[in-house]
Amino acid sequence: MTNEENSKEIEALLKATISLVQDPELRRDLWPQMLRKLDEQRSPVDHVPWFDWALAGILGAVLFLFPGAIPALLYHL
Amino acid sequence: MELLERFAAGDLEAFEALFRQHQREVYTWIVRIVRDSGIAEDLTVETFWRIYRSRSRFDPAGNFRAWSRRIATNASLNHLKTARRETELPEDLASAGAADPAVRRETREQIRKAFFQLPAKYRVVATLALIEEEPYNNIAEAMGISAALVKVRVFRAVRILRRKLNSLGAEAGAK
Repeated sequence: MTNEENSKEIEALLKATISLVQDPELRRDLWPQMLRKLDEQRSPVDHVPWFDWALAGILGAVLFLFPGAIPALLYHL
Repeated sequence: MELLERFAAGDLEAFEALFRQHQREVYTWIVRIVRDSGIAEDLTVETFWRIYRSRSRFDPAGNFRAWSRRIATNASLNHLKTARRETELPEDLASAGAADPAVRRETREQIRKAFFQLPAKYRVVATLALIEEEPYNNIAEAMGISAALVKVRVFRAVRILRRKLNSLGAEAGAK
Protein backbone atom coordinates (compact mmCIF):
# COMPACT_ATOMS: atom_id res chain seq x y z
CA MET A 1 0.00 0.00 0.00
CA THR A 2 1.43 3.43 -0.93
CA ASN A 3 1.68 6.27 1.57
CA GLU A 4 -1.12 8.09 -0.19
CA GLU A 5 -3.45 5.09 -0.04
CA ASN A 6 -2.47 4.59 3.58
CA SER A 7 -3.29 8.23 4.34
CA LYS A 8 -6.66 7.91 2.64
CA GLU A 9 -7.32 4.84 4.76
CA ILE A 10 -6.46 6.77 7.94
CA GLU A 11 -8.74 9.63 6.87
CA ALA A 12 -11.58 7.21 6.19
CA LEU A 13 -11.11 5.53 9.58
CA LEU A 14 -11.06 8.92 11.29
CA LYS A 15 -14.32 9.93 9.62
CA ALA A 16 -15.86 6.58 10.52
CA THR A 17 -14.80 6.99 14.15
CA ILE A 18 -15.39 10.64 14.90
CA SER A 19 -18.58 12.01 13.46
CA LEU A 20 -19.34 15.46 12.09
CA VAL A 21 -20.77 17.99 14.50
CA GLN A 22 -24.10 18.52 12.80
CA ASP A 23 -26.07 21.69 13.52
CA PRO A 24 -24.74 22.26 17.01
CA GLU A 25 -27.42 24.17 18.84
CA LEU A 26 -26.44 26.89 21.27
CA ARG A 27 -28.69 25.97 24.19
CA ARG A 28 -28.80 29.38 25.88
CA ASP A 29 -28.03 33.02 25.43
CA LEU A 30 -24.46 33.61 26.62
CA TRP A 31 -24.79 37.36 27.10
CA PRO A 32 -25.49 37.15 30.88
CA GLN A 33 -22.28 35.08 31.27
CA MET A 34 -20.45 37.64 29.14
CA LEU A 35 -21.70 40.49 31.32
CA ARG A 36 -20.49 38.68 34.46
CA LYS A 37 -17.06 38.26 32.93
CA LEU A 38 -16.96 41.92 31.92
CA ASP A 39 -17.88 42.97 35.46
CA GLU A 40 -15.26 40.68 36.98
CA GLN A 41 -12.50 41.84 34.67
CA ARG A 42 -13.37 45.51 34.36
CA SER A 43 -11.27 46.69 37.31
CA PRO A 44 -8.44 44.20 37.78
CA VAL A 45 -6.73 46.54 40.28
CA ASP A 46 -9.54 45.79 42.74
CA HIS A 47 -8.77 42.09 42.51
CA VAL A 48 -5.12 42.29 43.55
CA PRO A 49 -4.90 40.57 46.97
CA TRP A 50 -4.08 42.83 49.93
CA PHE A 51 -0.86 40.94 50.70
CA ASP A 52 0.46 41.71 47.21
CA TRP A 53 -0.06 45.40 47.93
CA ALA A 54 1.64 44.91 51.33
CA LEU A 55 4.63 43.18 49.70
CA ALA A 56 4.91 45.94 47.11
CA GLY A 57 4.77 48.53 49.88
CA ILE A 58 7.47 46.78 51.94
CA LEU A 59 9.68 46.43 48.87
CA GLY A 60 9.21 50.11 48.02
CA ALA A 61 10.06 51.12 51.60
CA VAL A 62 13.20 48.93 51.65
CA LEU A 63 14.40 50.36 48.35
CA PHE A 64 13.72 53.90 49.58
CA LEU A 65 15.61 53.36 52.85
CA PHE A 66 18.42 51.30 51.33
CA PRO A 67 18.93 52.49 47.73
CA GLY A 68 22.17 50.51 47.64
CA ALA A 69 20.02 47.37 47.45
CA ILE A 70 18.65 48.35 44.03
CA PRO A 71 21.63 47.02 41.97
CA ALA A 72 21.60 43.79 44.01
CA LEU A 73 17.85 43.40 43.37
CA LEU A 74 18.28 44.07 39.64
CA TYR A 75 21.13 41.55 39.52
CA HIS A 76 18.93 38.85 41.05
CA LEU A 77 15.89 39.55 38.86
CA MET B 1 -22.00 56.09 13.64
CA GLU B 2 -21.92 52.52 12.38
CA LEU B 3 -22.13 49.58 14.77
CA LEU B 4 -18.51 48.50 14.23
CA GLU B 5 -17.26 52.04 14.73
CA ARG B 6 -19.22 52.35 17.96
CA PHE B 7 -17.85 49.00 19.11
CA ALA B 8 -14.27 50.04 18.34
CA ALA B 9 -14.90 53.24 20.30
CA GLY B 10 -15.85 51.14 23.35
CA ASP B 11 -19.66 51.36 23.22
CA LEU B 12 -20.99 48.46 25.33
CA GLU B 13 -24.38 48.46 23.60
CA ALA B 14 -22.68 48.05 20.23
CA PHE B 15 -20.65 45.19 21.68
CA GLU B 16 -23.83 43.54 22.95
CA ALA B 17 -25.43 43.88 19.51
CA LEU B 18 -22.37 42.27 17.91
CA PHE B 19 -22.32 39.56 20.55
CA ARG B 20 -25.92 38.68 19.90
CA GLN B 21 -25.37 38.71 16.13
CA HIS B 22 -22.31 36.48 16.20
CA GLN B 23 -22.47 34.29 19.31
CA ARG B 24 -24.08 31.32 17.54
CA GLU B 25 -21.62 31.42 14.70
CA VAL B 26 -18.62 31.68 17.02
CA TYR B 27 -20.00 28.90 19.24
CA THR B 28 -20.59 26.65 16.21
CA TRP B 29 -17.02 27.17 15.01
CA ILE B 30 -15.55 26.47 18.44
CA VAL B 31 -17.67 23.39 19.13
CA ARG B 32 -16.48 21.90 15.86
CA ILE B 33 -12.91 22.27 17.10
CA VAL B 34 -13.18 21.30 20.76
CA ARG B 35 -16.18 18.95 20.36
CA ASP B 36 -17.60 19.69 23.78
CA SER B 37 -20.66 21.91 24.10
CA GLY B 38 -19.91 23.10 27.65
CA ILE B 39 -16.31 24.00 26.90
CA ALA B 40 -17.44 25.65 23.64
CA GLU B 41 -19.82 27.91 25.59
CA ASP B 42 -17.02 29.00 27.93
CA LEU B 43 -14.65 29.53 25.02
CA THR B 44 -17.28 31.59 23.19
CA VAL B 45 -17.43 33.95 26.15
CA GLU B 46 -13.62 33.94 26.38
CA THR B 47 -13.45 34.76 22.65
CA PHE B 48 -15.78 37.74 23.02
CA TRP B 49 -13.86 38.87 26.08
CA ARG B 50 -10.69 38.91 23.97
CA ILE B 51 -12.60 40.71 21.22
CA TYR B 52 -13.79 43.33 23.69
CA ARG B 53 -10.30 43.82 25.10
CA SER B 54 -8.84 44.25 21.60
CA ARG B 55 -11.59 46.54 20.32
CA SER B 56 -9.27 49.52 19.92
CA ARG B 57 -7.11 47.50 17.51
CA PHE B 58 -10.08 46.52 15.35
CA ASP B 59 -10.47 48.40 12.08
CA PRO B 60 -14.20 49.17 11.68
CA ALA B 61 -13.76 48.83 7.92
CA GLY B 62 -12.52 45.27 8.46
CA ASN B 63 -14.31 41.96 8.55
CA PHE B 64 -15.63 41.31 12.07
CA ARG B 65 -16.68 37.76 11.23
CA ALA B 66 -13.20 36.75 10.06
CA TRP B 67 -11.57 38.54 13.00
CA SER B 68 -13.84 36.86 15.55
CA ARG B 69 -13.29 33.46 13.96
CA ARG B 70 -9.53 33.91 14.19
CA ILE B 71 -9.73 34.87 17.85
CA ALA B 72 -12.06 31.92 18.47
CA THR B 73 -9.59 29.57 16.79
CA ASN B 74 -6.73 30.88 18.94
CA ALA B 75 -8.82 30.50 22.09
CA SER B 76 -9.71 26.92 21.12
CA LEU B 77 -6.10 26.14 20.28
CA ASN B 78 -4.95 27.48 23.66
CA HIS B 79 -7.59 25.37 25.36
CA LEU B 80 -6.49 22.21 23.56
CA LYS B 81 -2.86 22.92 24.46
CA THR B 82 -3.62 23.25 28.14
CA ALA B 83 -6.39 20.67 28.46
CA ARG B 84 -5.70 17.06 29.28
CA ARG B 85 -4.17 15.41 26.26
CA GLU B 86 -6.61 12.58 26.22
CA THR B 87 -10.11 13.93 26.57
CA GLU B 88 -13.21 11.86 26.42
CA LEU B 89 -15.87 13.12 24.07
CA PRO B 90 -19.05 14.16 25.82
CA GLU B 91 -22.18 12.17 25.12
CA ASP B 92 -23.89 14.88 23.06
CA LEU B 93 -21.12 15.09 20.50
CA ALA B 94 -19.58 11.68 20.88
CA SER B 95 -19.03 9.51 17.90
CA ALA B 96 -20.54 6.39 19.40
CA GLY B 97 -23.99 6.82 17.94
CA ALA B 98 -22.91 7.76 14.46
CA ALA B 99 -19.80 5.63 14.18
CA ASP B 100 -19.49 3.29 11.26
CA PRO B 101 -20.44 -0.17 12.59
CA ALA B 102 -18.18 -1.72 9.96
CA VAL B 103 -15.16 -0.42 11.85
CA ARG B 104 -14.24 -2.62 14.79
CA ARG B 105 -14.82 -1.16 18.26
CA GLU B 106 -11.20 -1.82 19.23
CA THR B 107 -9.93 -0.01 16.13
CA ARG B 108 -12.24 2.91 16.82
CA GLU B 109 -10.90 3.19 20.35
CA GLN B 110 -7.33 3.15 19.10
CA ILE B 111 -8.07 5.84 16.53
CA ARG B 112 -9.83 7.99 19.11
CA LYS B 113 -6.93 7.58 21.50
CA ALA B 114 -4.38 8.44 18.82
CA PHE B 115 -6.46 11.38 17.61
CA PHE B 116 -6.83 12.94 21.06
CA GLN B 117 -3.10 12.59 21.64
CA LEU B 118 -2.26 14.68 18.57
CA PRO B 119 -0.51 17.99 19.30
CA ALA B 120 -3.10 20.79 19.40
CA LYS B 121 -2.10 22.52 16.16
CA TYR B 122 -2.36 19.24 14.23
CA ARG B 123 -5.54 18.23 15.98
CA VAL B 124 -7.24 21.48 14.99
CA VAL B 125 -6.41 21.13 11.30
CA ALA B 126 -7.19 17.41 11.30
CA THR B 127 -10.56 18.06 12.93
CA LEU B 128 -11.52 20.86 10.60
CA ALA B 129 -10.10 19.46 7.38
CA LEU B 130 -10.66 15.72 7.72
CA ILE B 131 -13.71 15.41 9.95
CA GLU B 132 -15.59 18.66 9.37
CA GLU B 133 -14.42 18.88 5.74
CA GLU B 134 -13.82 22.61 5.99
CA PRO B 135 -12.02 24.07 2.94
CA TYR B 136 -8.30 24.64 3.47
CA ASN B 137 -8.67 28.36 2.72
CA ASN B 138 -11.18 28.82 5.54
CA ILE B 139 -8.93 26.97 7.97
CA ALA B 140 -5.94 29.02 6.85
CA GLU B 141 -7.81 32.27 7.36
CA ALA B 142 -9.04 31.21 10.79
CA MET B 143 -5.58 30.13 11.92
CA GLY B 144 -3.68 32.99 10.32
CA ILE B 145 -1.49 30.69 8.26
CA SER B 146 -1.25 29.85 4.56
CA ALA B 147 -3.39 27.20 2.89
CA ALA B 148 -0.15 25.42 1.98
CA LEU B 149 0.79 25.20 5.66
CA VAL B 150 -2.66 23.84 6.46
CA LYS B 151 -2.06 21.13 3.87
CA VAL B 152 1.33 20.35 5.40
CA ARG B 153 -0.17 20.11 8.88
CA VAL B 154 -2.94 17.80 7.66
CA PHE B 155 -0.31 15.60 6.05
CA ARG B 156 1.77 15.55 9.26
CA ALA B 157 -1.30 14.86 11.38
CA VAL B 158 -2.16 11.84 9.26
CA ARG B 159 1.46 10.66 9.43
CA ILE B 160 1.48 11.00 13.23
CA LEU B 161 -1.82 9.13 13.43
CA ARG B 162 -0.46 6.36 11.23
CA ARG B 163 2.62 5.99 13.41
CA LYS B 164 0.60 6.04 16.62
CA LEU B 165 -1.81 3.46 15.27
CA ASN B 166 1.09 1.27 14.25
CA SER B 167 2.61 1.59 17.70
CA LEU B 168 -0.76 0.78 19.27
CA GLY B 169 -0.85 -2.32 17.14
CA ALA B 170 -3.72 -1.29 14.88
CA GLU B 171 -3.59 -1.78 11.17
CA ALA B 172 -4.70 1.22 9.16
CA GLY B 173 -6.94 -0.99 7.16
CA ALA B 174 -8.26 -3.00 10.11
CA LYS B 175 -12.05 -3.20 10.14
